Amino acid sequence: MISFDDIAQLLSDKFGSDVILERQTGNLQPALVIRPDMIVPICEELRDNKATWFDFLSCLTGIDHGLEDHKFSVVYHLASIPHQHQLVLKVVIEHDRNLEVLPSFKSVSDVWKTAEWHEREAFDLVGIDFEGHPDQRRILLPDDWEGYPLRKDYQAAEEYKGIKIN
Amino acid sequence: MPVKKTRYDLLTENLQAEEMIINMGPQHPSTHGVLRLELITDGEIVKEVIPHMGYLHRCFEKHCESLTYQQIIPFVDRMDYLASMNNDHAFVMGVERMMGIDKDIPKRVEYIRVLVCELNRIASHLISIGTYGMDIGAFTPFLWCFRDREHIMNMLEWASGSRMLYNYIWVGGLFYDLPVGFEERCREFVSYFKPKLAELNQLLTDNQIFISRTAGVGILPLDVAINYGCSGSMLRGSGLKWDLRRVDEYSAYPELDFDIPIGKGEMGKSGDCWDRYKVRADEVSESLKIIEQCLDKLQKELKRGPEFDPRAKLPKKIIPKEQDFYVRAENPRGELGYYFITDGKTEIPKRVKARAPSFNNLSVLPEITRGVLIADLVAILGSVDIVLGEVDR
Repeated sequence: MISFDDIAQLLSDKFGSDVILERQTGNLQPALVIRPDMIVPICEELRDNKATWFDFLSCLTGIDHGLEDHKFSVVYHLASIPHQHQLVLKVVIEHDRNLEVLPSFKSVSDVWKTAEWHEREAFDLVGIDFEGHPDQRRILLPDDWEGYPLRKDYQAAEEYKGIKIN
Repeated sequence: MPVKKTRYDLLTENLQAEEMIINMGPQHPSTHGVLRLELITDGEIVKEVIPHMGYLHRCFEKHCESLTYQQIIPFVDRMDYLASMNNDHAFVMGVERMMGIDKDIPKRVEYIRVLVCELNRIASHLISIGTYGMDIGAFTPFLWCFRDREHIMNMLEWASGSRMLYNYIWVGGLFYDLPVGFEERCREFVSYFKPKLAELNQLLTDNQIFISRTAGVGILPLDVAINYGCSGSMLRGSGLKWDLRRVDEYSAYPELDFDIPIGKGEMGKSGDCWDRYKVRADEVSESLKIIEQCLDKLQKELKRGPEFDPRAKLPKKIIPKEQDFYVRAENPRGELGYYFITDGKTEIPKRVKARAPSFNNLSVLPEITRGVLIADLVAILGSVDIVLGEVDR
């Protein structure tokens, strides 16, 4: 089984040492913070390389970091069925909470199809734009819903089509 | 914002003259809840399926932003409402690991957890088997399954006080110990249920009409299943031995002996609807095996005593240190995961994301239903075994 440090080493050997911005090892599950523009090739490498073989995307989460730091991030939880190990990848970008231009991440839906619906969910609830997503529509909320409920500055709507919300 | 053309736009804009859009659901009985499928059909052939979800969206993740961990458990119950115990177990395990108390849980508590989870798994699979039979025209199995499930519901009601949404497994322990006489009653149920299960198998599993409707239909190749994040009986139906109870070895499962049934393509091809059904039917008898072993332990080594308190390890305040943690566990429908982000200061999590197995299992539906008959679509959807409470959260 390949260790977390070996995976980090493998990635920096292949893509250069600056693709990994940070190694978070203090927690129960160590995580790699990846440069935003490199996430798709890195995911492809992790999936196709037989040493890592992360063929299963467990979970993809869009996160709003809160009102103080204007940051949005996407967290990828990968799992490998042949090797039975797991890895956490994170991508963080800064954004000023402008509702006209959403924070934009690269879509990994071509790498794992799982990501397609999870990214739609992140778009729907957190308001994250995924560049290259083939079918970016709202998934859980109605198509004409306004705003992104999981943002920390979200104000609940008073009514929806004349129906009072309380 | 520039408007991107989505796949949905392209599909619905360029309809051919002979194609027709048909709405199936959200009130259609075979969509197992409030799922709406938009079908692009050519005669009886389904050219494309576009699922629309969200009719049961209850803002689980938004609620979590203002509730403490203990208060979230009832909400977790309501996600996969057919397997509330399993949902609770996964959630509680996640919080316990973040608190660092997962090793201190008494053995009796762990075994009770596994016992009620497996009972709930049987109840959930019985619903799945029964409604699947009904979807494709067999009414009797549905009644039989509900009759037997009722015994489980009664037992779990006895233990927890409610019939479906239990709130029984708590962080650090249990709501109460099992009621006196529960183990004996559970044994009675096991000996009652075993012949009933054989009867059910005779009625449905080996039924020629049932096989004709399901074998070779809706074949899900293994690589597609993995790529779409399918898990649980979907993935095992395609022939992969992958069960998180064995892979992660959580709770009391490493001490228990059970097999992992997989689809072998006995009737048609590996990964077809019959295989997925068969995996569930086999899992019921595996769960019975686990229940018997748990009862052995609970009645002998881990007997109830006056000194045993299921709430002894309950933390006074649940404030995990600042971290993010993903926990996964095997739900009757597959890999149930929770992703927690905590701030280390309050009892309220910063963010909880639920990775629902049905959500991912459903996402493969458009892929495996291209070019099938409408009648087969019902068979395929039934074999995916979704719970809309979990898809929409």
